Amino acid sequence: MIVNEVLAWFGDPAHWRGPGGVPMRVAEHLYYTVVTVLVAVVIAVPLGLAVGHTGRGGVVLVGLTNAMRALPTLGLLTFLFLLLGSADVATVVALVVLAVPPVLAGSYAGVQSVQREIVDAARGMGMTSTQCLWQVELPAALPLLLGGLRSAVLQVVATTAVAAYLGLGGLGRLLLDGLRSLDYPQMVAAALLTAALAVLLDLLLAGMARLVVPTGVRLSAASAGGAGRPRGGGP
Amino acid sequence: MKRIVALVAAILMAAVVTACGSSDPLGGGGEQGGPVVVGSADFAESELLMEIYAAALRQAGVQVQTRPRLGTREITNRALADGSITVMPEYSGNLLQSFDPDATVTAPDAVYAALQQALPDGLEVLEQSQAEDSDVLVVTQQTSQSLGLTSMDQLGPVCGQLTLGAAGEWPGRWQDKIAEVYGCSFREIKTTDAGGPVTLEALRSGQVQVVNLFTTSPDIAANGWVELADPRNMYPAQRILPLVRSGTLSPAGVNALNQVSAKLTTEELTELNRRILEERAVPADLAKQFVG
Amino acid sequence: MLEEILRYLSSPSNREKVLDLLGEHVVLAVVPLLLGLAVAVPLGWAAQRVRWLRAPVLGSASVLYTVPALALFVLMPSVLGTRILDGANVVVALALYTVALLVRPVVDALDAVPGHVVAAATAMGYRPARRFVAVELPMAVPVLAAGVRVASVSNISLVSVGAFIGLGGLGQLFTEGFQVRYLAPIVLGIVATLLLALVMDLLLVGLRWVSTPGLRAGAQA
Repeated sequence: MIVNEVLAWFGDPAHWRGPGGVPMRVAEHLYYTVVTVLVAVVIAVPLGLAVGHTGRGGVVLVGLTNAMRALPTLGLLTFLFLLLGSADVATVVALVVLAVPPVLAGSYAGVQSVQREIVDAARGMGMTSTQCLWQVELPAALPLLLGGLRSAVLQVVATTAVAAYLGLGGLGRLLLDGLRSLDYPQMVAAALLTAALAVLLDLLLAGMARLVVPTGVRLSAASAGGAGRPRGGGP
Repeated sequence: MKRIVALVAAILMAAVVTACGSSDPLGGGGEQGGPVVVGSADFAESELLMEIYAAALRQAGVQVQTRPRLGTREITNRALADGSITVMPEYSGNLLQSFDPDATVTAPDAVYAALQQALPDGLEVLEQSQAEDSDVLVVTQQTSQSLGLTSMDQLGPVCGQLTLGAAGEWPGRWQDKIAEVYGCSFREIKTTDAGGPVTLEALRSGQVQVVNLFTTSPDIAANGWVELADPRNMYPAQRILPLVRSGTLSPAGVNALNQVSAKLTTEELTELNRRILEERAVPADLAKQFVG
Repeated sequence: MLEEILRYLSSPSNREKVLDLLGEHVVLAVVPLLLGLAVAVPLGWAAQRVRWLRAPVLGSASVLYTVPALALFVLMPSVLGTRILDGANVVVALALYTVALLVRPVVDALDAVPGHVVAAATAMGYRPARRFVAVELPMAVPVLAAGVRVASVSNISLVSVGAFIGLGGLGQLFTEGFQVRYLAPIVLGIVATLLLALVMDLLLVGLRWVSTPGLRAGAQA
């Protein structure tokens, strides 16, 4: 039975030791995920906030995000590796392209969702445009922004497996090597580990969201029908 | 409005029909009496050989489909067993090892004879060609000079300082063998690919000092790299031959593939590989020219 | 680069291959979309009506979406009993992702149907099943259509992962180009995938426009 074989795989101490062991593979997977998502946040959040705040370039932004979503990661990965010769750079760039659209859409939609009256009131109280962005629009945008971030993390964790095609580590190594030797228990184990890692990170981010989103915003978001929920993630 | 719906339906139908007509992604094919399906492993030479076999079969009037880049031998053997493919270009030594891991023969004819014994029911090999493409360990000129390395015989004492780059299946096949035959255990074995760009880049950039390539690879000469001799024949002979599912080829088809084997040489194969990599020649077009 | 791509396409065997792969890509992306939609609508309907079903259905949909596509493709034969290179593996795996993507929009869309509309339909004598098909489902189309568009793009992009087992439609151009270090087929594959996603998206927008005359009139008013 496959279930017993998978349990046996997890029970084998050889799979937990050394550079090819589960802890190391998980650490490598986390490393690529964290680097990718951080780069994506640095690029996408300011851009999304700026476009949402000024209200200019929204159409272009939406078109661009949709086109980016359609880019096949394997294509980018092979293209970038042949062009640059670095597996690390190719992997991070290909995954950043995957992570930017949800973060960008989340931060843009977040600022957009702030009601006009609230912004007007803030300006009426004498806030400058910048103060208004930092003190009113950004906090109010947080639920949607974090939703986009969670969605990005889910997609990156599931897709980082492709990095193994370029000889890199991570849980994709277990998956791809399992495929090459048709080792089904190892493939199932790799899939379970990847899914578990994604769920764990998602719970972590959900907990973080609770801490950073101001209570007032959370209450109004909840009454508006849970706008802070992440949209679908992606493999 | 109805016209738009009809148009959409027509486009979808057309797409379904074109797709199923050629490679039939939803069927698989290859049942008894069905079309002949030639597969290939996931490296360039295997795909070229697939095209050559397909071209020869077509010329003999056989209906052929191709399924390139299916993966490793583990996968293509499974696909042959379940009938998803019916013909595979193969390498005698490694093929023998996949069915008989304990095989010790290394000479071409001995390998061929052992292979015919080892093959499971339902699979057979046709005549082997003179063309050979063996695994080979390769180092840069610089490594060769600084360590005095030209043969696997000299690996033993320096092996512990060296990192090997090879495809994911290498350790399973060769790690114990190389320790036994040459007393070599590498400091680390990095998973790269089967003689592809990841392997080449790893050696070029110095991430690894030794790589597993193939003797017909034009990259060895192009980079001035050094092949390590294998005086104790750890790697067995790797003659190129067709592995076929019994009963799926007509006598004309068998004859066509035997003719390919009679004609194929190591030199010609190396040259075809070079033309694909350096001149961007199209494998299918080279194959048509080859069968003439 | 354009020159290189034109050179690649100047070979008739390459042209024929690219067309075949395009057709394969369309089948491997569209069939799962239709299958997934056919499963997601009743499943979402059930999850929206039956309270205790909601959490497990939406929860497992989210978890399913975290499993790497490659893993799902190669593990399908052990679940379905299919052969290892069968296109059905990719189709069923992508159909599962489509269901995972669409269940929530279906539930959200049905949640958003105003209570007074349902009440009015009920008062006019619609039974629940007929009311769902004739009233609630059409009103849910805009939200659902947005979900279908996301699933379409996602499927088109994911099909290429099948290239690891020789079943990736245009994704085959990526592995082909990679092993001989040739950028032309890779770039061609990326561009063709983008165009395919765009065409599918326009078709879906058109379909939505055609299929919701009532809402369109309402929007114009």
